Amino acid sequence: MPAWLTRQQALIDFTLASLARRKLKNLGLLLVYTLIVFLLASVMLFGHALRREAAAVLKDSPEVIIQRMVAGRHDLIPPGYLDRLGHIRGVQSQQGRLWGYYYDPVVKANYTVMVPGPDAASPVATGRVVVGAAMARARGLAPGNLISLRAYSGRLFSFTVADVLDHDSELVSADLVLMTEADFRAFFEITAGHYTDIVLSVANPQEVRNVAAKISAALPDSRPILRDEVLRTYESVFNWREGIVLVLLAGALLAFAIFAWEKASGLSAEEKREIGILKAIGWETGDVLKMKFWEGALVSLTAFLLGYVAAYLHVFHFASALFEPVLKGWAVLYPRFELTPAVDGLQVATLFFFTVFPYTVATTVPIWRAAITDPDAAMRG
Amino acid sequence: MLFQPAIIALLLASGTGLALLAAAAPFAWELIRRWDIASGSERQLRLERRTYLMSTLLTLVFASQLLALLLFVFNADRMAVMFVGAMCAVGALNVDPFGFPALASQIAVFFLAAIWLVINHVDSRASDYPLVRVKYALLLAILPVVALTFTLQLEYFLNLRADVITSCCGSLFSSEARSLGGDAAALPARPAMVLFYGTLAAAVATALVHVRSGRAAWLVAGSAAAAFVAALAGIVSFVSLYVYEHPHHHCPFCILKPDYDYQGYWLYLPLFTAAAAGLAVGALRPFAGIPSLAGILPAISRRLAWFAAGGFTACAAVATFMVLRSRLILIGG
Repeated sequence: MPAWLTRQQALIDFTLASLARRKLKNLGLLLVYTLIVFLLASVMLFGHALRREAAAVLKDSPEVIIQRMVAGRHDLIPPGYLDRLGHIRGVQSQQGRLWGYYYDPVVKANYTVMVPGPDAASPVATGRVVVGAAMARARGLAPGNLISLRAYSGRLFSFTVADVLDHDSELVSADLVLMTEADFRAFFEITAGHYTDIVLSVANPQEVRNVAAKISAALPDSRPILRDEVLRTYESVFNWREGIVLVLLAGALLAFAIFAWEKASGLSAEEKREIGILKAIGWETGDVLKMKFWEGALVSLTAFLLGYVAAYLHVFHFASALFEPVLKGWAVLYPRFELTPAVDGLQVATLFFFTVFPYTVATTVPIWRAAITDPDAAMRG
Repeated sequence: MLFQPAIIALLLASGTGLALLAAAAPFAWELIRRWDIASGSERQLRLERRTYLMSTLLTLVFASQLLALLLFVFNADRMAVMFVGAMCAVGALNVDPFGFPALASQIAVFFLAAIWLVINHVDSRASDYPLVRVKYALLLAILPVVALTFTLQLEYFLNLRADVITSCCGSLFSSEARSLGGDAAALPARPAMVLFYGTLAAAVATALVHVRSGRAAWLVAGSAAAAFVAALAGIVSFVSLYVYEHPHHHCPFCILKPDYDYQGYWLYLPLFTAAAAGLAVGALRPFAGIPSLAGILPAISRRLAWFAAGGFTACAAVATFMVLRSRLILIGG
């Protein structure tokens, strides 16, 4: 084994020296290779981080949300529905929620107006609101300011900003306005007893589907939405978007493979002479192939590491400026958020198959062609 | 559901592999018919030069197939989130009837690829390429399996629709199920343990005998195959129970999940390596009589036997560690 290792070490040594002799050509290849890894890795890191974020956000959401449908549209829950749900076995608690959207012509954006639940961390007082960070930025609000909103009925309402929500929760609270139930009902003119939807918490995850089935039987005009379904949908959607972007980048990948093929087959006269001399002094075809293999491995490894690190910085420190519009979607009050850095084994393996594998396949034939040249033919050029 | 990064990567790998193998097939056929090491003809020279390209490309393809198995299982496990009722790879593979056949044929490709790589290695060490015909005949034999794997994977991934209700591991590996997995789970813990440790010990022992004496190569391969099957049965029928600390959870895939700290990889990686090495010892046995391999083959065969012994020991040790660390009491009290 040590003899084998020494041999490989000598080959790597030689390869490095030979790479260094043709700095410009190899740096060009390395640059393009790194760029390809960077592009693909950015997409994957960003997609993965978004999926994790969605899962983290949904972890504490209620297991079941019940909406009422009228003519296929989401409608208010009329009085009595909460009672009719009665006591379904397995349901820990049920609660009506009040929330809605409000279009603010001042900033040309929609707010999500909501009544915090009874066990909310920061209850609001009547006449006061708590607002999300993005909205506070858009309207230039600070705690203590007054904000006037014209309700859909035409009446003007004034609220005092009690607090601005923490930046940490911005992903979900960017456009949020929290107010009391009384204020909400007055603002949107929703009479007592009506709710936007109902949330249920179910202790046993295996019971959730049974509970949903019972709800559909008890309230046929309702639509139960399960947390798992939402999660699954996010997972599929983000995976799908990531896949689409990767397929779009397939053109770039193909161009890269052709580029690598060209680079590997366009041997300069000097390189040809070098291979000729090596073979003349006793190297076998297999040795030349091994040397070229190490060359490819060194270039691939360097490009992979550089590209991946650059993508990591791009996604987690520079907010993936390049892909934001495609992968995130957009809105006027878009949350500013930093993604939690996460590196994933599957992702690295996938990326490896996307970059190193095509590169190696594309360069094998030209390398072989160079390696089988007869020494005299090679030296004569 | 083709637009998933890992699925695209898997299909890319097996599609490229299949294309390269198919492109190599006519050459393999020509080589099997015309190869004559004693000849100095132009054709022979061309064939010899071309074998360099072919063995490099095929090494690449087969090495990628070894990795692809890992990626396939990893991906199946990850996809489980997208299917109602699926909790791990079993659920994801069960969504479609092609799931488990795709896995099985990927495993078959894994072992065939490993054997091919070993034969290629031995052949390239000898001066007169004594195994070149065998190598390319084997290539022609592997080609349909790779094609089958690609087709099955394509069918599987094409037919996947998120949200189909699937039986999760709980129902497939519970004792009532009548499938192969169910049979293994129905094995009571004590005989399963005896079988597990017995066959693994036998495999290690024969491998060590081969290391010392160079004999019993067939036995090494046979016992490696038996140990592979017994170890899988053992993992389903008792090791998994100890890992989950649950007397009825038999799933061999959940141990690969992050919830269980990816412990399964510590079991499966040495097991698959050891089984492949053991099978390769047997695969090399028919060529022991070739004169130009006399100085090469026994050493390689012994090293493979070392790998097999080491891998099976590691697998048994990891399983024992899992059992001892667990708070589940399955036998006695």
